[in-house]
This record gives sequence, C-alpha cells and structure tokens, in this order.
Amino acid sequence: MDAFLQLTVAGLSTGMIYALVAVGFVVIYKASDVINFAQGDLLLFGTYLIFFNIVQLGLPWTVGVVITVIIAAGIGLLIERTVLRPLIGEPVISMIMVTIGLSSVLRALTNALWGPQPRAFPPFLPGGEVSIGTATVAADRLVAIPLALGLLALLALFFRYARDGIAMRAIADDQLAALSMGISIPRVFAVAWGLSAVTAAVGGMMLGNIVGVSPSIAAVGLRVFPVVILGGLDSIGGAIVGGAIIGLLEVYTGGYIGHGLNLIVPYIVLILVLMVRPYGLFGKEVIERV
Amino acid sequence: MTIECGVFHTTYESDMGLRRLPTERIRLGLFLIFIVVFPFLATPYWLNLGNQIAIATVGAIGLNILVGYTGQISLGQGAFMAVGAYSAGLLTLRAGLPWGVSIFLACLITSAVGSFFGIPSLRLKGLYLAIATLAAQEIIEWVVTHWTAVTGGTDALVVPAPELFGLRLNTDFRFYWLAVILAGATALFTANLFRSKVGRAFVAVRDQDVAASVIGVNVFRYKLLAFATSSFFVGLAGAMIAYYRNIITWERFTLETSIIYLAMIIVGGLGTIRGSLFGAALITLLPAFISSLGRGLQDSAPAVAAQLPNIQQAAFGIVIILFLVFEPEGLSKLWRNVKDYFHVWPFAYRRGNGER
Repeated sequence: MDAFLQLTVAGLSTGMIYALVAVGFVVIYKASDVINFAQGDLLLFGTYLIFFNIVQLGLPWTVGVVITVIIAAGIGLLIERTVLRPLIGEPVISMIMVTIGLSSVLRALTNALWGPQPRAFPPFLPGGEVSIGTATVAADRLVAIPLALGLLALLALFFRYARDGIAMRAIADDQLAALSMGISIPRVFAVAWGLSAVTAAVGGMMLGNIVGVSPSIAAVGLRVFPVVILGGLDSIGGAIVGGAIIGLLEVYTGGYIGHGLNLIVPYIVLILVLMVRPYGLFGKEVIERV
Repeated sequence: MTIECGVFHTTYESDMGLRRLPTERIRLGLFLIFIVVFPFLATPYWLNLGNQIAIATVGAIGLNILVGYTGQISLGQGAFMAVGAYSAGLLTLRAGLPWGVSIFLACLITSAVGSFFGIPSLRLKGLYLAIATLAAQEIIEWVVTHWTAVTGGTDALVVPAPELFGLRLNTDFRFYWLAVILAGATALFTANLFRSKVGRAFVAVRDQDVAASVIGVNVFRYKLLAFATSSFFVGLAGAMIAYYRNIITWERFTLETSIIYLAMIIVGGLGTIRGSLFGAALITLLPAFISSLGRGLQDSAPAVAAQLPNIQQAAFGIVIILFLVFEPEGLSKLWRNVKDYFHVWPFAYRRGNGER
C-alpha cells in the first residue's frame, strides 16, 4: 500500500509535467497544424536556462524564473518567425522535418553551451519528504502536482477569456472564417509558439527540480506523443487526463513489472488508441475515410 | 513527363525508355565509368565513405518509395533496418545459412514486419501515421534490446564477412563491388517500379487518395504494398550494414537513424531516385567533411575542435531547415535547374516544370 501511494504520487507528478509539455504541443498543433518534434529540446533548453540563471549567475530563483520565461518566449517567437512562417501551407512531412531540424540545432546549442554532463539543480520546490499515513513521498513531487494543475488552469482561462486565446480557438476551428473576421494568423502562430516554448521551459524547470538537469530529459519531448494522442490532439482537458494516465501507467509498470517495460507501455497504448479511437478520449471526432 | 524541347520520339521504345535522350545516356555512362574507376583511385578513407553512401542509398531509396512516392510518413526506418540487420546476422549465425540466402530472407522478414506496422495506415494518415511509426520504432528497439535469448540484447552480434567465389569480402575494396551492385539493382528496380501499374498506383495514393480510390485503386492494399516494398529495401540496407560492419549493435538503429534517413530524402528530393543518391551522399559526407575540418583545426583552434560533435549536429539541423525553407524539392531540383539551363543553352527557353 505504501509503495502504491509512492508510485501514485510519482506517476501523477510525472504525468502533470507531461500534461504541461503536452499542452504546449497541443497549442501549436491546434493553431497551425504543426507537429513540434522540438518540444523536448525547448524543454531541455529551458531547464539549462534556469540552471544558468540561478546557479551560474547566482540570481534569486524568482528573478531567474521570470528571465527564463521571457527568454523562452523570445526563442519561441524567433523560431516561428524565421523557420515556420516560410513553410505555411507545406505538406506534413516538411513540417515534421523542419521541427526535427530545429531540435537538432537546439540540442547542439545546449550541449555546446553547457556540456553533456548531468548537473545538480538548485531545488526551488520544497525538498524533503512528507509522510502520508505510513508512506513517505518526496515533497517536491507532491508540490509539482498542484503547481502544474494551477498553470494548466491559467492556460485554460487564457483560452477562455483572453483575446489571443479566443483568436487561437477561432483559427483552430476554421482558419478561413477566422481570417475573414480579421484575425491575424501570423500573430496567432507567433503567440502559439511563444506560449508553447514557455510551457516547455516551465515543465523543464519542474522536471529539472525532480530528476536533475541532464541532456536525457529531452526525451520527454517524445513521451508526450502518447499523452496527446490518448487525450485527443486538440483538447487541453485531454492532455491532463492523458498525462495522468500515461504517467501512472509508466510508474506502475516500472514499479510492479520492471524489465524496462515502462519505456514502451505508453507506445503500446498509443498504437491501441490509434487503432481503436484515433481522435483520443476528448479529441474532436473528425471522420475521414479513405 | 513532359516532352523535351526539340526532341521527337518516333517509337514507343524510345518514348518509354528510362533514359530518353542521348545526353542522358552519356551522363549515365560517365557515372558508371566513375563508379568503376572510383575504387582504384580512392584512398581507404574515401572507399569507406563510398561504401557507406552505397548502403545509405539503398536505405534512402527504400524510404523514398514509402515517403516520397506513396506519401506515407515513416519514423520507423531505424527499427526496420534493425530487423533486416539482425535477421540476416542471426540467420547466418544460428541457422548457418549462406549469406546470400540470409540477406534475401532478411529482406522478406523486414518486409513482413514493415507491412504489419503499416496496418495502422488503413485508418491513419499524415501526422498520426508518423506517430504510429514512431511507436513502432520504440517497440522494435525495445524488443531487440530485451529479447536477449535471440538477439543477444545490448551485446554486439559478430557476423562473418560474406564470401563470394572463394573471396572474402572483408575489405572496403572488395565489399564496394557488392554494395554498388546491390545499390544499382535497387535503383533499377525502383525506376522500373514507377513505370508500372503498381508504381503509378502508389503515386496516385500520394497525390490524392480519395481520387485514387474513385478510379479503382485499392488504397489500403497499395499502402500495405508500399510498406512491404519499402521495408524490403530498408531491410536490405540493414543486412548490408550487418555484413559490412561485421558487428551489429542496436545503437546503429535508433530513432536518430530514422531521422537521418528522412533527412536524406528531404535534402535529396522526395520521390526521386537521383535525389535518394544525392541525399545519401550529402548527409554521409557532411559529418565526415566537418570532422576533417576539425582535425585541421586541432592545433590552431582546439576549442573549436572540441565542439565538433555539436557542430556536426547543428549543421545537420541547419541543412534540413535551409533546404525546407529555400528548396523544398531538394538537391534533385537543383540538379534539374542546372540541366535545364544547359539543355537549351544559350537560350533562356525552359522546358516544362511537370517532369520529375
């Protein structure tokens, strides 16, 4: 039972971070139909940025977080303007490859600036352990869950009430209609990339806090695919539920079965979902038969 | 296919030929001469690169059949190559089959595995298919590293060099001929495939799947067939790697491999055989070129030399991005521009743009 509780907390915290990164992914996909394979590297870059600000520059962590968020947003905007905008309207394969190219460049940049060795991260989430009943769970993981949920709620509010958020939903719904209502598509794409880079960076900060800073955390970028597919590619609520399910599934198979099976269970789920219900749990059901 | 300015075909044979103009035949002849002369002039370093390019060409053509010609995105290339390499190696090692037989069987096995993972394409396209093949990549990789009893897990598998007419193909020079012949056969087969009913059905599925099904192309059947054909050659490339390196390790067949091959066909040009060769050559030579530059800088600028792997990775990404932004049709389009320019030189009259 204790082990179960610990695994559940671990799974939920991982899952919520997945959800945060997945939302960044969904935002770009919803607005511009681009699958961003560079999400993991944006996350990695964000993690190293906050590491740089807090450890190497010695800034207080509040300032460090703000600066990181600003720089991440800037990078997102820059990527959209220089790389993605010339490719509007190109086939899916070009979009996928260009983000793969971006991921390669970002990773090389991160490695060149900070080297491949793992670093200790200055914890800004509370450390130590908390006892729940007879089980002890890591406090930082416990805190990460409401923190991620709060951020996701903020994003949901943004989509509900903010001008840019509404514009983004309009474009996701019907690009042509949105265009004729005077919504600037390039502006919305830019906001989407900025927002996505920020959520990736924030997810990176939390992940770095929990598992430490090393190039391997970029793998999260690939692990969000099962999350977004399970939850439905165009749904924020879906990303949260999908994140929780995939996170828990990973941790339970890792804890109870082992053999590194936790690494591929999400992908097996992914294949099953694609076969049975490709639009996911909460995605918009678009029937397209060939 | 457009008719070239100033060319008039009078027989079906000349109209339907793979090489329809005298200049095209001369160019092909020159290329063949280059292929034959190359190993006698090249240093071992270049021979090694030549072999790598030949193998990469086979893999790139295989991927191009699926992605470039049929329009089905696959991120599972690395895993399918692993299937080819491991089946070929294991058939030789455990079943004691001669290398030629085990290469052929390995191709068939990869073909079957590829078709299996192509089944989701019944319902999925574009990005969903890309993600499904990504899952295939991860799952196959896991099976290869964890099915220790058969694959040896993460340990390397040592495969003996193939033997032909009592000659061990264990040097770059000897293996070169096998690699080049297999690459040539792959190119010839593919060129002919796309003059046949099946090949045209592939292209119809790519261009407009609904229209294709309306005119009587069984879309799902041809998608699966495309997966099978493509995986056959991808498996061949994997088996060639097994026999060339004589050592099979799973690190050679990760998602990164899939991405490198996708980069080859993007940079070279989707849906062209020439592009597969160009792309394979460019993406193979790029890191080699950068590391030779780096060796030159070892003394004068050791800081730069230390960053070599990062520079290679960044250059790889930048090349992909630059091609997609500035020349989405890749090197084969650039080559065609040059050809078109000289075709009617010194006049500025250009032939049609429809020809691939």
